[in-house]
Amino acid sequence: MRFAGLAVVLSLWASLAAALEVEDHRRYEGTGDRTLRILSTADLEVFTRFLESFHADNPHMTLDYTVASSAELHRAIRNGAEFDVALSSAMDLQFQLVNDGFARSHNSPVVDALPDWARWRDQIFAFTTEPAVVVISTESFTGLPIPATRQELTGVLRDNPDRFRGAIGTYDVRESGLGYLFATQEARATDAYWRLSEVMGRLDPQLYCCSGQMIDDVAGGRLALAYNVLGSYAAERLARDSGGRVRILRMSDYSNVILRTAIIPGAAKEPQDAGRFIDALLETGLRDVPAEWPLPPLRETSGNAGGGFGPIRIGPALMVYLDPLNRRAFLQEWVDAIEQR
Amino acid sequence: MTATGSIGRRLTLLLAGVAALLSLMSWSMVTGLARQASERTQDNVLAASATSIAETLRSEQGEVRLELPYSAFSMLGAIGEDRVFYLVTADGEALTGYPDLPVPSLDAPAPGRVDFDTGAYLGEEVRMASLTRVVLAGAEPVPVTVTVAQTRNGVTAIAGELSQLAAILSVAFFVVAVGLSFFAVRTSLRPLNEIAMAVSRRGPSDLRPLRRPAPTELAPLMSALDRLMDRLGQSIRRSEDFITEAAHRVRTPLATVRAQAEIALRSIRDETERARLRRMIRAVDESSRSAGQLLDHAIVAFRADDLARDRLDLADLARQTVEALEPTAAMKDIEIRLHAEPAEIEGDAILLDNALRNVLDNAIKYSPEDTVVTLHVARRDGGVRMSVTDEGPGLGEAPADQLTERFFRGGNTAGIVGSGLGLTIANDVLRAHGGHLELREGPEGRGACVSLVLP
Repeated sequence: MRFAGLAVVLSLWASLAAALEVEDHRRYEGTGDRTLRILSTADLEVFTRFLESFHADNPHMTLDYTVASSAELHRAIRNGAEFDVALSSAMDLQFQLVNDGFARSHNSPVVDALPDWARWRDQIFAFTTEPAVVVISTESFTGLPIPATRQELTGVLRDNPDRFRGAIGTYDVRESGLGYLFATQEARATDAYWRLSEVMGRLDPQLYCCSGQMIDDVAGGRLALAYNVLGSYAAERLARDSGGRVRILRMSDYSNVILRTAIIPGAAKEPQDAGRFIDALLETGLRDVPAEWPLPPLRETSGNAGGGFGPIRIGPALMVYLDPLNRRAFLQEWVDAIEQR
Repeated sequence: MTATGSIGRRLTLLLAGVAALLSLMSWSMVTGLARQASERTQDNVLAASATSIAETLRSEQGEVRLELPYSAFSMLGAIGEDRVFYLVTADGEALTGYPDLPVPSLDAPAPGRVDFDTGAYLGEEVRMASLTRVVLAGAEPVPVTVTVAQTRNGVTAIAGELSQLAAILSVAFFVVAVGLSFFAVRTSLRPLNEIAMAVSRRGPSDLRPLRRPAPTELAPLMSALDRLMDRLGQSIRRSEDFITEAAHRVRTPLATVRAQAEIALRSIRDETERARLRRMIRAVDESSRSAGQLLDHAIVAFRADDLARDRLDLADLARQTVEALEPTAAMKDIEIRLHAEPAEIEGDAILLDNALRNVLDNAIKYSPEDTVVTLHVARRDGGVRMSVTDEGPGLGEAPADQLTERFFRGGNTAGIVGSGLGLTIANDVLRAHGGHLELREGPEGRGACVSLVLP
């Protein structure tokens, strides 16, 4: 029996894996026969504690947590993959899923407690507010002023090309949905973005898919600077542990603040359980002191997180840069700026 | 009279009905307008969005290019949390957007004009704005159509909120209108009620015309009422005249008969004959007294309408009346005792004499022989009270107000000739003076005490 069950799980897993480029996966077996499938862009190490505590509260539920890139997640949900919850930091892609009718409605007192900017309809819910930051290695900046704005950063990079050549990391916006969101929003908000991109492009930048690797590489001394990094919480912890070798900079001229959002896909098989999972997630996100939670809470932005810049608004405008023509034009410009070899 | 429902209630109900209808109409009108206004707002935003997209259309190396402006979609968020779809087609080929959006096929796309349509997409009703522009791609002019679509939840929500507000206002309007119409009805009906009150407040013999201002609508009723009372008065006067005339005509021959009978009595010695003659005289006396009372009554009815108000001392009046009645009393060996203190009032001496005479006459008539009838005239409580007490059989069982009815006679009057008019006359006189008649048992439960109370 147990063998047969395992076989089913394995075959399911195999079919999913075929449809989806899975980065990580974990399963918490429950006592009951219901399984809550979660598809997320957040690394397991970030989510483990929350998953464990949720599983402790709902021991009958089997939790199935799959990590994938935001683009993969978007594609999977669009193709009707059977997940009960989709968590992503790519707000624009999440919003498009909702707009195009791939999400279910969910109502609860917790949802009602959400501020207006943290939800759209009753289908997409934000549970963190996360600013994009610059992570630097202090060693590389010895003797240099610590830049506070993009203009200053541009100046520092331009004046010290030898020191920074090949030592700058940033998102490959062609691969990373989040990187693309950061780039487009920043390009819209400040014209310093393109100047900075051109300077970075002359310095042979390293392109990454994910924030985690960039932070690791700064900590490991392979990078002098990582631009537009998410996961400030993890980075801050690293900065503390590094004994001053790694520093977090928040640009004071403009700073992107994204909302990590949750939706219940239309193909969800356990929408009720998914609702409970989202409620628990939102409750954690609304808590002022994040106890078991390495992500920044929601409340911060209602004040002035990210240097007073509010979070990117959840709304139809997010879809503008997802338009294929716009995307093509933007990527062309980006490639022109970054790849100047 | 059969009551056919209250005018006031009917008017109030009618006005409330009108108010309800108006409230309902205004509510539905506001709801319709709100819906229209919010729809038009959405149309305008959709048109602005489509226009701002169309403005980015250009041709690059023979290809149609465009760039969706950020504002084109962010402005659509202003209406509500509505899903947004769009489609740009060049020469019928989808350039970007949602290719299966059910864009209305325009018969004659007019460049620069925005066309609106409503359709269904992805399971929801959507409003679409389409705009066509001709772009020169290479050498060929290509018609490019930009369509922006949005679901209508926001519009419905706004219209619903406004409709709800309108409903609350309509209910409030209705309540106020009902209150006001109730007040209006009360106010309009007040003259009618006042006239009715004035008529019912009148004395029983007050048949003067109604001299009060009345609304135009009530004038016919008033004049009809006046005419009716006039006719009634004339008819009453005619019958009073007739009674007076009849009494006069009867009294004079009766006096002659009595005189002749007295003469005959004196000349006849035969006892049987004499007894017969005495019975005759007594009968004539009673007839004459009845005629006198009828006359008194007619006089009272006549004078009460137009009362004389002379200063007079009731003590004097009582003395004169007692003097006039002493011969009648003496015939039955009845003594009339008068205890009078001076009491000046304003009044009609003839009528008051009439009243007192009738009451005293009654007392004498119903008293056994050799008894005392007492008349007290005294001031009491700012008025004057004239009490006549006798030692007769009392008033009997009948209620006091029945005793003052015309031609009603008490149950213990058998064997005594009377018209039943005495107390009626007294009562009418006192009522005309604003006073009243009080009927009581006499002291020690014997006899009767009739008090004439004047203010």
